[in-house]
Amino acid sequence: MYFLASVGRVFLAFLSGTGRLAMFTSVAVGHAVRPPYYPRLIGRQMVEIGYYSLPVVGLTAVFTGMVLALQSYTGFQRFNAASAIATVVVLSVTRELAPVLTGLMVAGRIGAAMAAEIGTMRVTEQIDALSTLSTNPFKYLVAPRLLAGLIMLPCCVVVADIIGVFGGYLVSVYKLGFNPSIYLKNTWLYLEALDVISGLVKAAVFGFLIALMGCYHGYHSKGGAEGVGKATTNAVVTASILILSFNYLITEAFFAR
Amino acid sequence: MNNGQPKISVRGLHKSFGDKVVLDGIDLDIGVAESVVVIGGSGSGKTVLLKNILGLVEPDAGSIKIDGQEVVGLSTSEREAVNRKFGMLFQSAALFDSLTVWENVAFGLTQSAGMPRRQAKEIAIAKLGAVGMGTDVAELSPAELSGGMRKRVGLARAIATEPEIIFFDEPTTGLDPIMSDVINDLIVKCVKDLGATALSITHDMASARKIADRIAMIYKGKIIWAGPTRDIDRSGNPYVDQFIHGRAEGPIKMEILRL
Repeated sequence: MYFLASVGRVFLAFLSGTGRLAMFTSVAVGHAVRPPYYPRLIGRQMVEIGYYSLPVVGLTAVFTGMVLALQSYTGFQRFNAASAIATVVVLSVTRELAPVLTGLMVAGRIGAAMAAEIGTMRVTEQIDALSTLSTNPFKYLVAPRLLAGLIMLPCCVVVADIIGVFGGYLVSVYKLGFNPSIYLKNTWLYLEALDVISGLVKAAVFGFLIALMGCYHGYHSKGGAEGVGKATTNAVVTASILILSFNYLITEAFFAR
Repeated sequence: MNNGQPKISVRGLHKSFGDKVVLDGIDLDIGVAESVVVIGGSGSGKTVLLKNILGLVEPDAGSIKIDGQEVVGLSTSEREAVNRKFGMLFQSAALFDSLTVWENVAFGLTQSAGMPRRQAKEIAIAKLGAVGMGTDVAELSPAELSGGMRKRVGLARAIATEPEIIFFDEPTTGLDPIMSDVINDLIVKCVKDLGATALSITHDMASARKIADRIAMIYKGKIIWAGPTRDIDRSGNPYVDQFIHGRAEGPIKMEILRL
């Protein structure tokens, strides 16, 4: 009986958590799409999410492109298909690796920072203070972060696409001895607009999810330093899991065409 | 506009968290330009009462009227309109640490009243002067301030929009006796200057005697005594007597385990 009761408790907690998240999301989106907007705050968040993430995103992308070229060479040279490396690198990077890895890196960097900042504001009554100063915390804190995440993650992924392909080029040309111009020609040859666009759509969704998880867990944190720590962990873990599962759903939606 | 109608009127306010009943039918009237202090022990429901009036917590039952307008169950935007009448000094000051001191003080002016930043900064510096702080602190970050300075900045922020009603949540907690008295004097002066209505909660009797026109005592979620400050020493109420003299023995039993 104790076992059944604890299963039920976990299930109820899951349902109420889902409901609370759905309410939070609908209120937050409502405030994000309706004026007034706060351009200063959105700008500050865009710099934080986009510009300051570039070093991390660039490093991730260049090493991913490099290792991808090496690994696919190992496989393809066994049946004389080494010329397909350029295509494999560019398709893997634009469709899959750039958005997912950028999403995961930014989730660790930005999701955690948002949860910690908003969580600290919650436990030190700063969010209550916003309300008493007639400023809606959703409008002031959550909406700018959601918008900035939605806009800036695709920008980061464009950079990651380019740097990732460049990483593959470096290894193919300087280590594996490919002809540079043929490699670049092969890169463009089989690349379609939809490959890049599907990656950018993923990035926008991931950016929204990262900001949403950071804000949601921060906003509902309680109980001082420990609560803020827990909120930070939860923000990163849930954002990462959502990124991976939405990655599959979006891929399938594009694949079905 | 006003004909003897109380500024704030609370009737039958109930609030529970889970099984724990925190407010059990609070009735409280606060007149225009009156300063009421609610005293009570830790966990007696003082803070929850304040948060209910501010709209930060939704009551289970009861009515709260501000200027005769029912504020329980208002929508978010209607609530924001009511909150424009309010100023609030939080226990920990709750300054925004991403903003400078003057931006904190000017927050209500620039955000909700839409005042240009230059003009708001002038008012902020004037308000900082009113709480005895010089222009040199205006550009500091709140993290660089001491506890007493944070409280004073919080007070400046609470009065910056010239609210009709100001709330003080334990204004002297965590301060030394001299700084406590400075804060008390500032509260009395600011409330009188603005002609504002004030509601404070505290367990510091020196503070309560100084800033209150009227004192109400809350115990186990009910107001058990209310009267003018001068009557507090002859209330004839054993609970009040125990509290103001700070005795461990008496009708109020602290919920601690006796070993």
